[in-house]
Amino acid sequence: MEILLILGIPLLGGLLLALFGCRKWAPELNAAMSFGTFLASLWLTARIIAHGPITAYQEQFFIDPFNVFLVTITAFVALTTALFSSPYMHNEAAHGKLSPNRLRLYHSMYQMFTFTMLLALTTNNMGILWVAMEAATLTTVLLVSLYRTPASLEAAWKYFILCGVGIAQALFGTILLYFAAEKVLGAGGNALLWTHLDAVKTQLEPTVLSLAFVFLLVGYGTKTGLAPLHNWLPDAHAEGPTPISAVLSGLLLNVALYAVVRSKVLVDGALGTHFAGNLMMGFGLLSLVVAAFSLSRQKDIKRLFAYSSIEHMGIITFAFGMGGSVATFAALLHMTMHSLTKSAIFFAVGHAAQKSGTQMMESIRGLIKTNPTIGWGLALGTLAILGMPPFGVFASEFMIITTAMHEHAWATPFILIALGVAFAAIFSKVQTMVFGETELPRLPHPPALVPVFAHLALVLLLGLYIPPYLANWYRQAAALIG
Amino acid sequence: MAFSQQLINLFAALLLLIAFAMLSQRRILSLINLFAMQGLMLTTSTAIVAWSSHQHHLYYSAALTLIIKVIALPWLLHRLIRKLNVKWDVEPMINIPSTMLIGLALVVFSFNLALPISQLAGTITRSTLGIAMASVLLSFMMMITRRKAVPQVIGFLAMENGLFFAATSSTYGMPMVVELGIALDVLVGSFIFGIFFFQIRETFDSLDTRHMEKLKED
Repeated sequence: MEILLILGIPLLGGLLLALFGCRKWAPELNAAMSFGTFLASLWLTARIIAHGPITAYQEQFFIDPFNVFLVTITAFVALTTALFSSPYMHNEAAHGKLSPNRLRLYHSMYQMFTFTMLLALTTNNMGILWVAMEAATLTTVLLVSLYRTPASLEAAWKYFILCGVGIAQALFGTILLYFAAEKVLGAGGNALLWTHLDAVKTQLEPTVLSLAFVFLLVGYGTKTGLAPLHNWLPDAHAEGPTPISAVLSGLLLNVALYAVVRSKVLVDGALGTHFAGNLMMGFGLLSLVVAAFSLSRQKDIKRLFAYSSIEHMGIITFAFGMGGSVATFAALLHMTMHSLTKSAIFFAVGHAAQKSGTQMMESIRGLIKTNPTIGWGLALGTLAILGMPPFGVFASEFMIITTAMHEHAWATPFILIALGVAFAAIFSKVQTMVFGETELPRLPHPPALVPVFAHLALVLLLGLYIPPYLANWYRQAAALIG
Repeated sequence: MAFSQQLINLFAALLLLIAFAMLSQRRILSLINLFAMQGLMLTTSTAIVAWSSHQHHLYYSAALTLIIKVIALPWLLHRLIRKLNVKWDVEPMINIPSTMLIGLALVVFSFNLALPISQLAGTITRSTLGIAMASVLLSFMMMITRRKAVPQVIGFLAMENGLFFAATSSTYGMPMVVELGIALDVLVGSFIFGIFFFQIRETFDSLDTRHMEKLKED
């Protein structure tokens, strides 16, 4: 029932907004639909915490502590982004950047995007997972080119082609997985159900599964933004409308990584070695280092934070790759923190860019002087994402680094240097934007900053104190992943 | 049984041949026709697999392939290039001999990669898995080497053909619900690239993706 609501509300919202998305009250309807989805996700969470994992509708859906936690974050960030988007997009439309038809496309696709992500998270079928991931690309590709500028078209085309190619590799991986599963489970729809695969994972053919994992990692890794296949990510984030940058960075990357981790559990069971973990550690570390050293060259503020997303996805992938209860716990915590912080930063960045009329960092100056709330939002968000205590990112990064020191000491210098370089690059750039003098006027309309501070407050709170039931929930999820 | 196996091998070989032909084809119009032909080979081979292995759900897959890849998509592409007036476009700058040589190396590579898996497969079509993988990689290469938007998309669709062939040749096809989902994605994707062609054309006055290299890393 809850699953039906979680998937039904955004789907219905997508259809309704396809009809009425250009009306004056469309942003409110969008937010209301997201609110409904969030309530349903809370309901589902309560049930999972009380009764443990469930399957539904002839086992087509499967919810355990791992994915219910991602469902809740997805629904929550989708809600706050919808709240942020309503005044933001209103202002964009008022500046003549968007026609009513494009607003309709935007609102409808926003809900459909939420739907595809939630479908990817809740489905039990590895094939449907692939279909939903591909659909998530398709729903967002037209949103990246929403402004129809040459640069946004280029970014959208790159996104479409690169993610299309990437996701095709993942399909090949899924075919190989099915090929191995069919030997044990027999042909038919059940051979791709994750719960069934998990039950027989030790009997799956190891050579086939290791090859399948390589394809799955490359495929879903492209969508996670792992180097060297990360090229689409900064462009898509920089050229799309800000609410879309926030959900791409805060949610889609997580969902893609979720697919990788689900596959890893199966492959680990079949191989009994650390093959999948080693691959993930390698890709994660490479992304971390590549992104950290690209940061200082950025001129566009959204590209800067897009590279920071690649960096954090690298850390999380690395932590999942290390495995073990502490590292996995830290990875899950970091996923949460990154989602909340990065979307808050994108909200603040959106307003800063609106105020300055450009995304070029050299023209954004003196935010605190004219719009103190935007300035402080950006400054605090930046400190949080850079891992300054007492924000939650510090806690998760600290756990990851200490585990790395313990188990993979060779990796520690890379992580520390990359984090240091990232700190220097981002901090110096943000400092000049936040402080300093400016001639530019105040933002003429009140910014939507409640979501920014709500997210940052949560990140701060989780940095200081993780409630026992939440810690327990993460621990359960970590135990499932192993 | 041996006869149908021979037939499937024949169609697999034709599929690979068409993949090479697409790699070397400069004209957009011929490229679309080749794509339709590849779809037809795929339909026929799927139908033969269905007939010889008594897997009835594969008939549906074959029908779906026929409708989408042989009829709907080529028709859509023909319409698009007529509307965009790029019917006689010729791509000037590709080095065909060297792409062919790299293509040959890719085929050898994928046959080697597929060898251990083919030996595990119990299906009558197992020898064709290498061909499927090769045509995926060849289409992938076509996407990389092409400069224009339409050939890139055809490469993308041809890659999907290769993946579909991999699914039928190694496992007698994916579960029906997944196959329907994939077909839906391909259809929606095709509509989106159709929209894209018009947007790119409107903005850049050409369908050449060389105009789209402004977003450099710097």
